[in-house]
Amino acid sequence: MSTLRPQGPVALEQFNLMKLTITIMVLVIVVVFALSFYVIVKFRRRPGDNKVPVQVEGNHKLEIIWTVIPIVLLLILGVPTVQSVFGLAKDYSKDDNAVQVIVTGHQYWWEFEYPQYGIKTAQELMIPTGKTISISAKSADVIHSFWIPSLAGKIDTNPGSNVNKMYFSSKHDGVYLGKCAELCGPSHALMDFKVKSVSSDSFDRWVAGMKEPGQLPADAAISDVFQKQCLTCHAVGDKGLQLYPNLTNIGDRETIGGILVNTDDPKYKNEGSTYDNLKRWISDPQAVKPGNSMPKVDLTKEQIDGIAKYLSEYKQK
Amino acid sequence: MSAHSHLDGKLPHEPERATLEGRNKVLGFWLFLGGETVLFGTLFSAFLALRDQVGDGNPTSQELFKLATVAIATVILLTSSLTSVFAIQAMHRGQVKAMQNWLIVTVVLGLAFLGLEVYEFIEYTHEGHQFSTSAFSSSFYTLVGFHGAHVALGVVWISLLIGQVYRKGLTVVTAPKVYVAGMYWHFIDVVWVFIFTVVYLMGKVG
Amino acid sequence: MAHAHPVKRHTGLMDWLTTVDHKKIGILYLIAGGFFFLIGGLEALLIRVQLWKPLNNFVGADTYNELLTMHGTTMIFLAAMPVIFALMNAIVPLQIGARDVAFPFVNSLGFWTFFFGGLLLNISWLAGTVPDAGWTSYVPLASPTYNVDKGVDFYVLGLQIAGIGTLIGGINFLVTIINMRAPGMSFMRMPMFTWTAFITSALILFAFPALTVGLVALMFDRLFEANFFEVAGGGNTVLWEHIFWIFGHPEVYILILPAFGVISEVISTFSRKRLFGYSSMVFATVLIGFLGFMVWAHHMFTVGLGPVANALFSIATMLIAVPTGIKIFNWIFTMWGGSIRFTSANLFAVGFVPTFVMGGVTGVMLAAAPADFQYHDSYFVVAHFHYVIVGGLVLGLFAGLHYWWPKMFGRALNEFIGKLTFWTFFIGFHLTFFVQHFLGLMGMPRRIWTYLDGLGFNTMNLISTIGAFLMGLGTIFFIINIIVTAAKPKNAGNDPWEDGRTLEWSIPSPAPEYNFAQTPLVRGYDALWKEKMDGNEGMSPAEPIGPIHMPSPSILPFLMSVGLFIAGFGFLYAKNDWNNAFVSNIFGNHIVAGLGLAITLGCMVVRSLKDDHGFHIEPEEITGKGVKA
Repeated sequence: MSTLRPQGPVALEQFNLMKLTITIMVLVIVVVFALSFYVIVKFRRRPGDNKVPVQVEGNHKLEIIWTVIPIVLLLILGVPTVQSVFGLAKDYSKDDNAVQVIVTGHQYWWEFEYPQYGIKTAQELMIPTGKTISISAKSADVIHSFWIPSLAGKIDTNPGSNVNKMYFSSKHDGVYLGKCAELCGPSHALMDFKVKSVSSDSFDRWVAGMKEPGQLPADAAISDVFQKQCLTCHAVGDKGLQLYPNLTNIGDRETIGGILVNTDDPKYKNEGSTYDNLKRWISDPQAVKPGNSMPKVDLTKEQIDGIAKYLSEYKQK
Repeated sequence: MSAHSHLDGKLPHEPERATLEGRNKVLGFWLFLGGETVLFGTLFSAFLALRDQVGDGNPTSQELFKLATVAIATVILLTSSLTSVFAIQAMHRGQVKAMQNWLIVTVVLGLAFLGLEVYEFIEYTHEGHQFSTSAFSSSFYTLVGFHGAHVALGVVWISLLIGQVYRKGLTVVTAPKVYVAGMYWHFIDVVWVFIFTVVYLMGKVG
Repeated sequence: MAHAHPVKRHTGLMDWLTTVDHKKIGILYLIAGGFFFLIGGLEALLIRVQLWKPLNNFVGADTYNELLTMHGTTMIFLAAMPVIFALMNAIVPLQIGARDVAFPFVNSLGFWTFFFGGLLLNISWLAGTVPDAGWTSYVPLASPTYNVDKGVDFYVLGLQIAGIGTLIGGINFLVTIINMRAPGMSFMRMPMFTWTAFITSALILFAFPALTVGLVALMFDRLFEANFFEVAGGGNTVLWEHIFWIFGHPEVYILILPAFGVISEVISTFSRKRLFGYSSMVFATVLIGFLGFMVWAHHMFTVGLGPVANALFSIATMLIAVPTGIKIFNWIFTMWGGSIRFTSANLFAVGFVPTFVMGGVTGVMLAAAPADFQYHDSYFVVAHFHYVIVGGLVLGLFAGLHYWWPKMFGRALNEFIGKLTFWTFFIGFHLTFFVQHFLGLMGMPRRIWTYLDGLGFNTMNLISTIGAFLMGLGTIFFIINIIVTAAKPKNAGNDPWEDGRTLEWSIPSPAPEYNFAQTPLVRGYDALWKEKMDGNEGMSPAEPIGPIHMPSPSILPFLMSVGLFIAGFGFLYAKNDWNNAFVSNIFGNHIVAGLGLAITLGCMVVRSLKDDHGFHIEPEEITGKGVKA
């Protein structure tokens, strides 16, 4: 996920600018360090040395040199900077060839809405590889910042009608880590999300899958509890409310709550199977993400097991 | 050296600059007004950024502002600035009595201005324009209220100075105080000119 | 004299509470600033302990946000600024040959308001409701909607009170430097430290009122239901960011310029050479101060201001590198051809130069807006500003403290412990912050309470934590040095470094109450050095020995600040649920707040009505005590 390994043209352009600046700056540092060390060693006071050095007032030629050289260096840096500023500000939000995504930051989760397809998802941004993704970013509460280090630099999500635009694309299929980069409360550190870049075909299939009618748990008792306790905030397909993360096809996602990584081979404290992660989350959401809006729902152990099992198996057909 | 050596003798032409303390005070006050300029500049920027955020159903500036009252207040405050100039001129001529009288006129005009402002604010709140109504109302009351508080402080300050000069006479200690109070009064007058233009006139035109 | 005014000269605690002597106020600033520095440092260590390994649970997420907020706020406003003011108070009047500052009373008031403001802010720890929205306190996170407890109120009121002190302190130094210079001390003969103090004071004057307005607006939002930043009421959150950074960016230069001044003095003295390119140094300082007001939006590249604003602020920011570069090379060429002596003060100064360059170049990197989209709010930024503030300012302050300690206290700090302090602090510093550049580039956002395993962050965070503890060790060495030194006899001479160049080294250490028995006549830049080279014993006086007029001590500044402190509490707890009806009544009706303000205003009236005649120190006392040899 590093900015040093760009996986798309926007991050690559930024990386090239970073390389240019780093090169110039390393040059400056080398010159200053070399001069400093030379001076410190050469002109140190030896024992018994009591002479008074010549009191030089200054030197116009030198002063001009170290005024002009930095200006030249800054010009070398300034020109591509300005070009890139305007290049990256290009607005694709009216472009039908681009995939439009409305990103909304919430304490502490990400909502992704695809107005072209009429679908909403959460925590996992699905994109077709190679296509331009046009982002409109806003916030439902406090300021967050939308950042996918290996694909593009960040943009703040402001509250109110202040919508920010940016774009990016991914060159290869893969899963990229995204982060919130603006302090937004206790769980700011845990407000991760994933970007899943897939082929156009898979993307289309995913879109179709998201539009399928919602599937309820097969077990009638669990289904009842799920509708009463969960769908009052969440949604699956066309059922439930869209106030909080949409759960459609949650079994396919890379993470639960953006932070509990789903894997059959858990190595770290935040990893586990989808089923275990769901159980862990539903049992005590506040322990996973302090300060988030989901309360500890009043469920029996069997009900939690049932819901976790149902959700972990809720996958795209 | 001491302030008192001038007590019985004639005061110099510019008594406010006769001592180093006096010169320090005048310079320090100029700088202070520089800081105050930034303060009001920021308040103006905040007001300009928020003045269109009236909110649904709340009175707009066009409906609210009554230019007549504000124009009278403006004339009063501008006049008070003039009378404070007369006071300083009287001080430079060494006419203590005249200086005090002009200062009293200045204070009275300041009070009249404050009275009008309070009346205006009460009217506005009756029309549903309260401090917490909208971003427009909050920034309006904060900007105009800050200025009003400055006027009130000036009135108290100049009144105290009148008393001081009455007791101690005009000396190289009291003269700089009167002088900087005069500077302060001009400053709040200039700020008001901007408030009148930016808040009221521009608010009325929309 | 018309009449003699016997003025009581206080002793003991009362002396310190009532003093208007700039040297004692300098020491007060140093003690208070040092105290807050230790608190801020402790907070930093707790932060580093939490981050030493992934998914650590040493402190909770809430506590972590409180720690990072208080660490930043304390270090900037309550540690760095006061220690700068300590040096300015202790040294600037001596460097310009003045007997005192222009407004001794205001000077004392500035200290006490700062102190009580800082106290109010830190009492939040005891009250159990601590600011947690970052030192930048961005809304809506800091707004009453998303921050319901009193934490941010402590931030707003504490900083407001402390800010008053800083502002009037700035005005005081401007007037002092403009009006109080000794005969012959023209502007272009002023020592570099005085120049930087001058520009810093000007920046304070024009930057702090913006913060005042921002804090007032936030306070009105929080306490009186105003709508400046409440989106629902039409407020604008970006407005806060603008106001904060219009103050906040000049603040950075307020901090670093005095360090530039200290480094100029120390390097020049210990190289036994005149500062190279003095006039271009002055010009560069003024230019940096000026440009400092033009670049605030480079903190806001990701806010969505549009490409035109981003491009302009990118270029303006890069321009600052030019005058800063001039300074760096001037320092190196001051040492060139000199005879460099590595005292601990000079070690800090020499260590400053390359360290600050590293902080400077990352600044230019951040200025390139498109690249900043990647750096912004990542650990790269954390590394950058710690390189500038710790590697720049704090090293500069350490250099200045070791250099001027004998002038402030009459005793030189122990050189061995001083060098130990330097090496532990310096190595610890680079260990802590160098790796953070890479953490940022690898995608670690700043202000995160914890991080996941498996992202490659672990080793570097561990190194960083170890470095932080080394810095803590360096600070402990410094404290030990102070204690060891305090136990030694006061034996520092007028010019303990023997190569002193400026006026402060022409008078006894510590300086007597009246500084100069006779105001000196300044005949050139590096006034004392010029006399030395001309073979003269010290400065030639510009006036005969006579009685010296001194301002009276006063308790009013202390009381006025206590008044503000009480008023702050009154506002903070106005809406509190008190168990007691009476207490609830006096807070709820703003009686406590009003009482506090009444104390302050009452003291102002007393001050205005009661003339301060001061007192005189007679020539007999001066010649009896003043002549040391």
